[in-house]
Amino acid sequence: MTEPVRAADRVFHNLDGSGDAGLAGARRRGDWDDTRALVLRGRDAIQGTVRESGLRGRGGAGFSTGLKWSFMPKEPAPERPHYLIVNADESEPGTCKDREILLHEPHKLIEGTLLAGVGVGAHTAYIYVRGEFEAERRCLEAALADCYAEGLLGTDACGSGYDFDVHVHRGAGAYICGEETGLIESLEGKKGFPRLKPPFPASAGLWGCPTTVNNVETIAVVPTILRRGAPWFGGIGRAQNTGTKLFCLSGHVERPGTVEAAMGIPLRELIEQHAGGVRGGWDNLLAVIPGGSSTKVLPAAACEDLRMDFDGLREAGSALGTAGVIVMDKSTDIVAAIARLSHFYWHESCGQCTPCREGTGWVSRIMDRFVAGAAAPSDLDTLEAICGQIEGHTICALGDAAAWPVQGLLAHFRDELERRVAGGRRPLAA
Amino acid sequence: MSGGAELFPGPDRDAAEEILGRYPTAHRQSAVLPLLDLAQRRHGGWLPPAVVDAVGDYLGMPSMRVRELVTFYSMFHDRPVGRYLVQVCRTTPCWLRGSDEVLAGAREELGIAPGETTPDGRFTLVEVECLGACADAPVVQINDDYHERLDGERMRAWLRDRRRAEDD
Repeated sequence: MTEPVRAADRVFHNLDGSGDAGLAGARRRGDWDDTRALVLRGRDAIQGTVRESGLRGRGGAGFSTGLKWSFMPKEPAPERPHYLIVNADESEPGTCKDREILLHEPHKLIEGTLLAGVGVGAHTAYIYVRGEFEAERRCLEAALADCYAEGLLGTDACGSGYDFDVHVHRGAGAYICGEETGLIESLEGKKGFPRLKPPFPASAGLWGCPTTVNNVETIAVVPTILRRGAPWFGGIGRAQNTGTKLFCLSGHVERPGTVEAAMGIPLRELIEQHAGGVRGGWDNLLAVIPGGSSTKVLPAAACEDLRMDFDGLREAGSALGTAGVIVMDKSTDIVAAIARLSHFYWHESCGQCTPCREGTGWVSRIMDRFVAGAAAPSDLDTLEAICGQIEGHTICALGDAAAWPVQGLLAHFRDELERRVAGGRRPLAA
Repeated sequence: MSGGAELFPGPDRDAAEEILGRYPTAHRQSAVLPLLDLAQRRHGGWLPPAVVDAVGDYLGMPSMRVRELVTFYSMFHDRPVGRYLVQVCRTTPCWLRGSDEVLAGAREELGIAPGETTPDGRFTLVEVECLGACADAPVVQINDDYHERLDGERMRAWLRDRRRAEDD
């Protein structure tokens, strides 16, 4: 077993909210410590360090953050300013980590926003906060007000000579706005319909200007990476899978919660050491959805030696996604668990692309037939075919995300589905 | 109704202008979601058509562009809702931890089904998709507040207490 992340390597020291989330508490934890010097390193140096650290986006796709930043134009044109957008529209089922940062570590996020802003040549940032997160928004806005009052933001931020403004933008309830181009549309005051790419936001994003969109957690780790250096971050985990990561543990564990651990931590260790174990013991495990609802479910047999990082989960046929770990014990009706996700995607499909708009409804209705034990024998093939017709045939990844949980169920629990074919429902285990 | 003065009277006018100030003047439309939210809060938790049109006028947007937002975004309501909007999360992480019992508790206490409002107009009960607090499941959002790690009995007790407090 690998070591759980050492306290000295932890980025977040107030995730549980036991300390002061305000500026004084944040400063005691090392935030805003000579930020001026970090800003003065300049755009190229900041970008270079983040790239060398191996940091990959924490919002689900896992794209290299430094590389993404490098897609921004080298010289901002006066009429086309650069924008940084922080995606705090956390809505992927199983995921609740950005929320903890907004509530308990808002200064890490704000300081990271300033430094990432320098890294992409932006002087304005928007933090797009999920509309339902009212308490989170208030914490963030209070922290921002303190930063302005202290001169950490605004004109001559931190005395660095760099002007930087951060605005909060509230969403209004739509999962699709977590998709970066849907988010940009929403921030422009429209329905959150994702855009066709190219052009990518780095060339034409918010109001047609070069824009970088990054997840909250991605931005919040940037100050620590700059302070401690790329070799430190890169030395945690393994190549291509570096650093520490927030894992959200939900479902049938003894102590659900969000914890920071080293990338690559074995799933079993994560659950047993950080979440009190599976309810009823490890042998009572039925399945795990390892990275948020969009990632494929894995049966207990595949969980024994599972490494929780990008490559480990890809090799296992799933994905790290947002690292929202949904644990299901043997009392779970796995078909109903996935059917609930199918309903979620049906509800959240924005309706722009026909395969997703129609397909998610078909999948959800067929899944409900399996739950009720009323499926026709042909429904298995139909389900498989519809998923194949959605996947890869839509503008954004929501279509894929709707197909994958069902495909995972078909791959690992096909016998369970077959048992639901017009043959009456399996009695639930006690 | 027309004009910002009537739509956002008194302190709301400052709030509306502060919101507008977050975006470049050429892109006032970006303020539409937060302004719809502000307007909804001032009109009993829902957006009558006249208010929606007024927000459009305020921002120079065609009515249709604003109305389509009201139906697209789940936090806007185009018909009246109760003073307490009780939103029970139904998605898998909450379901695994007993959201069915929480919903049953709310139904029983309020005597209404999801999608309905109590006859006194106080409570509206709805099932919603993932609220993003999965490690604190099951979760219910009531107006702005999250209520976490609930069960059927705690749900019933909260609603009962609220009703009693209002009756007193």
